[in-house]
Amino acid sequence: MTALTGTGAESGIPTAAATRRPHTGKVTQTRVLTSEWIKFRSLRSSYWSLLVGCGAMIALGLLFSLVITKKWDTMPQVRRREFDAITVPLRGYFLAQLAVGVLGVMVVTGEYSTGMIRASLSAVPRRLPVLWAKAAVFAAAVWITTTVTAFACFFIGQTFFGSKHIQADLSTPGALRIVFGTGLYLTVVGLLGVGLGTIIRSTAGAIAALFATLLVLPVLGEVLNFTSFGDKVNPYLPSNAGQALLVVHTEASGQMRPWPGFALFVGYAVATFVVAAYLMKKRDA
Amino acid sequence: MIEARSLTKRYGAKTAVADLSFTVRPGIVTGFLGPNGAGKSTTMRMILGLDRPSSGSVTVNGKAYAEHTAPLHEVGALLEAKAIHTGRTAYNHLLALAATTGIPRSRVDEVIDVVGLREVARKRAGGFSLGMGQRLGIASALLGDPDTLILDEPVNGLDPEGILWIRNLLKDLASEGRTVFVSSHLMSEMALTAEHLIVIGQGRLIADTSVAEFISRASSGSVKVRSPHAARLRELLAGPDVTVSSAEEGTLTVAGLTSDRIGTIAAENQITLFELAPKEASLEEAFMELTNDAVEYRAPASGTGTAKPVAAPATGSNTGSETDSNPDVEVTA
Repeated sequence: MTALTGTGAESGIPTAAATRRPHTGKVTQTRVLTSEWIKFRSLRSSYWSLLVGCGAMIALGLLFSLVITKKWDTMPQVRRREFDAITVPLRGYFLAQLAVGVLGVMVVTGEYSTGMIRASLSAVPRRLPVLWAKAAVFAAAVWITTTVTAFACFFIGQTFFGSKHIQADLSTPGALRIVFGTGLYLTVVGLLGVGLGTIIRSTAGAIAALFATLLVLPVLGEVLNFTSFGDKVNPYLPSNAGQALLVVHTEASGQMRPWPGFALFVGYAVATFVVAAYLMKKRDA
Repeated sequence: MIEARSLTKRYGAKTAVADLSFTVRPGIVTGFLGPNGAGKSTTMRMILGLDRPSSGSVTVNGKAYAEHTAPLHEVGALLEAKAIHTGRTAYNHLLALAATTGIPRSRVDEVIDVVGLREVARKRAGGFSLGMGQRLGIASALLGDPDTLILDEPVNGLDPEGILWIRNLLKDLASEGRTVFVSSHLMSEMALTAEHLIVIGQGRLIADTSVAEFISRASSGSVKVRSPHAARLRELLAGPDVTVSSAEEGTLTVAGLTSDRIGTIAAENQITLFELAPKEASLEEAFMELTNDAVEYRAPASGTGTAKPVAAPATGSNTGSETDSNPDVEVTA
């Protein structure tokens, strides 16, 4: 500290205000986007979360593909029939959604827990441009990294499977949809985190809410399968609907059709953002 | 120019700010004084549109803060030290804020130098001391070269050199014609920095006056006289509106006469004076007197003495940044 204080104390401060500038710089959505991009890229947690998420996708994809290839020759027919060359290398998305979801939450709650939000909102007092910009920057970063990773996982898997002639390629029905879908699904999971983070404002609370929605609800839904309500409720739960995009034959699993299911999942995220925007505008920061 | 009109903020049944009206004029440093918990921070947050008033309004340069298209150029604010993401470097923090209104990188470098954070600008703010956090906050307030500055307890956590620095900085900014509004619970600091005072207690306006007036209003106007001929002088001073008391041998306390008059009377009668001192209340005393009833958190043990604006530890509502609420803390030039 002592090293710092010398700079201005004795000099009477030529505050640099001597060079007054005309007041021109208006707040625009584009500028807020730039600001949020600077914020996103200047935090280590952004890199770590994405690295962990994508790393887990690749690691699990490798593991599944490798084990199946090694055991293929001795595998019973029943198991062979269950095998799906498109989805097996992408299994890691289930783990990646944890990292992406947590990052989505922290993009917002990190500002509330540190007090940064007051600086952000006094710079952009209309507030909502901050929420839109955060969501856009986050979504772009997650979508690009997870989509690239999904393609990588797919091709790594097919390389292994090729040795047993059980591989798929991008022209296999459903393949392109599922590989792209993995990035899309993960992006929307993250955006749900951004929305819940804005609503709940506490990191722990928002993470709990997110994973209760994505992971716990479907398990609870299984109880309904013992009643006549199962078919009426379960396919429409957020994660079940969203994951319909990542299944080759949805008819077999009793899920919604892929794109309608994903559209519903997006709908949940949009609804979350409507509430988030309302609260962000209305509440004291 | 900041204008508050009947500004009121209620949190449930608790009223933090009650019917507060005041005007902060450009060109001078205006102190915003009050004990901890008086509503200073809440008022400042309402000025910046962060908290919504329950009723009333406040404008900056004629408009509600949120209606300014370029808020950072209108108002620079330091609301609390370390309103900074702990994982981000000081430089990136400022860069992100600057980007919202297209302030160039060169200006970011400029303010970093102004506040003296060059050496740590590339370090993460989580490791900053309170004083460094304050400097970073001040840097962000200066970013847009604003006409109005709002600083909440800026000297908190600064070392003596830093306090002197900020005192000069505030005076310089005001002398350039800017509106400078600074809150503090340190009366001594305000006496040295501010020209005008807005004093609140329990969310209500107690005084809106110049520092000089504030002190003189609370002064008793009595004069202390020490003389080897005290008894004789006492007789000479006697008059219809004059009261003279003597606490100890050779010392008089005279009310109703100016020190000039007393000195003249003594000289005319060839009485030796050892001491002739008008008693002026310090800003602290003036403040104590005015806020006596307005102190929310009273130290439990202070029942017999004068009430001090010290947050009782048990209340738990003391914020970390205001822990050194001793009003006697003073660092002079």
